[in-house]
Amino acid sequence: MTVTTIGGHDVHVDAEGFLTEYDEWDEGLGAELAAAIGVEMTDEHWAVIRFLREDYQAQGETPTLRRVTTVGGVPTKQLFVLFPKKPAKKMAYIAGLPKPVGCV
Amino acid sequence: MKRLVVLGAGTAGTIVVNKLRHRLPDAEWSITIVDQDDTHHYQPGYLFVPFGHYSPDELVKSRKRFLPDGVDLVIAGIDRVEPDANTVHLEDGRSLEYDQLIIATGVNARPDQTEGMTGSQWRKSVFDFYTLEGAAALGGRLADWEGGRLVVHIVEMPIKCPVAPLEFSFLADAYFSGRRIRDKVDITYVTPLDGAFTKPVAAKHLGGMLADRHIALETDFMVDRIDNDTKTLISMDEREIPFDLLVTVPLNMGAEFVAKSGLGNELNCVPVDKHTFLSKKHDNIFAIGDAADIPTSKAGSVAHFSMELFPDNFVEHINGRPMTGAFDGHANCFIETGHGKGMLLDFNYETEPLPGKYPIPGVGPFSLLKETHENHWGKLAFRWMYWNVLLPGHPTPIPSAMSMAGKHE
Repeated sequence: MTVTTIGGHDVHVDAEGFLTEYDEWDEGLGAELAAAIGVEMTDEHWAVIRFLREDYQAQGETPTLRRVTTVGGVPTKQLFVLFPKKPAKKMAYIAGLPKPVGCV
Repeated sequence: MKRLVVLGAGTAGTIVVNKLRHRLPDAEWSITIVDQDDTHHYQPGYLFVPFGHYSPDELVKSRKRFLPDGVDLVIAGIDRVEPDANTVHLEDGRSLEYDQLIIATGVNARPDQTEGMTGSQWRKSVFDFYTLEGAAALGGRLADWEGGRLVVHIVEMPIKCPVAPLEFSFLADAYFSGRRIRDKVDITYVTPLDGAFTKPVAAKHLGGMLADRHIALETDFMVDRIDNDTKTLISMDEREIPFDLLVTVPLNMGAEFVAKSGLGNELNCVPVDKHTFLSKKHDNIFAIGDAADIPTSKAGSVAHFSMELFPDNFVEHINGRPMTGAFDGHANCFIETGHGKGMLLDFNYETEPLPGKYPIPGVGPFSLLKETHENHWGKLAFRWMYWNVLLPGHPTPIPSAMSMAGKHE
């Protein structure tokens, strides 16, 4: 785990750059993280990110794509439009949550 | 008299009643196990059926045969569990009350969950090998297939035996070479993961093995639908992969009664503590084996290793004491790689599969993350072990907790 500076904030990240401390995140930082991976945030993006944050707080783990679809109510296809190619990873990255557990 | 009810007489359910019966006095505890039929399938054998190595009847035995005296087998479908009334309702109208409930109903392949999968091409050019019927049907198709585009595909993780589709690809490569038509077959491996496997070191080894065999790898592919007219696999982001023969691993989901009872997550698996398998919602319900939502492989090896410490935990729990055993997520997988060789992975919640020797450090006889003939024979010998040692709950010489000895990065 290392400390890095993103948009003026000092934050803890893992080897792949995912934030490791839930409380170090705010929406300003989320916007910086999104910009870093080329995602332009709209209200629709923010709704998904807020769902991830709340669900993580309640469940203790980053929700899967299926959970964002069935519980969060956003069709998987739309998640691919909002966060192209790797939505599960990109959503977690922007939301400042651990990378979704690799299902083994 | 207190009542333990176990739902599901598969790998985990059978092992658990064998281990618990002699720990629970007959005069104090009754044990009832419920399943919808009396046929226990050796599921790891399905992989070999399409290539003609096993006939279906070699893989099926009576469930009853593996249950100890003093355990009642009830053959019935399960309608729902009513946790607040400590009651299981069966589909035939009967009900069973329990003091403790163990859910061991596993997960099943659900081709109905993907648009177009059970369409006009189902079992003509679209097959699965996660059921015995599917594996046998695929065997029939492969036998006279003259070549073309073979696509091996996973809908979504987690699946039972996450390495099985890789093994299928390796065995298919060897099979077509044996029939001298390998040059007429294009093989593509299509996965929702970002590599051949999730864990980095193993993904690199396995990805290299696909490349060595000229098997193309398509990653980050979340299937949206199968077009039966054009025989095309189409992703959520509109990538298209045409096929002549599609071998898919359908979505794996837990039993419907789990959802109906309000006990499941979005895949009908039961959320439990990953070290003890106690339900997060109910203090007298456990879920073991594939039915639980624990973050490790859905595999018989996990059911087996986890059942080494679960029985003592269970006895502590019913006596009102804290459970002292903690499962570490230990899994191991023999991977068939074709041409009479195999590979072995050994890992847990914290540690990814690494190279080394197993189970005796430095000696083996099995080699981790390396293709050897010994590993292949280990896999074949395992079928005997399964019926004769594992299911009856006999001790095995393999430690249940994962060890780092003899491994290296």
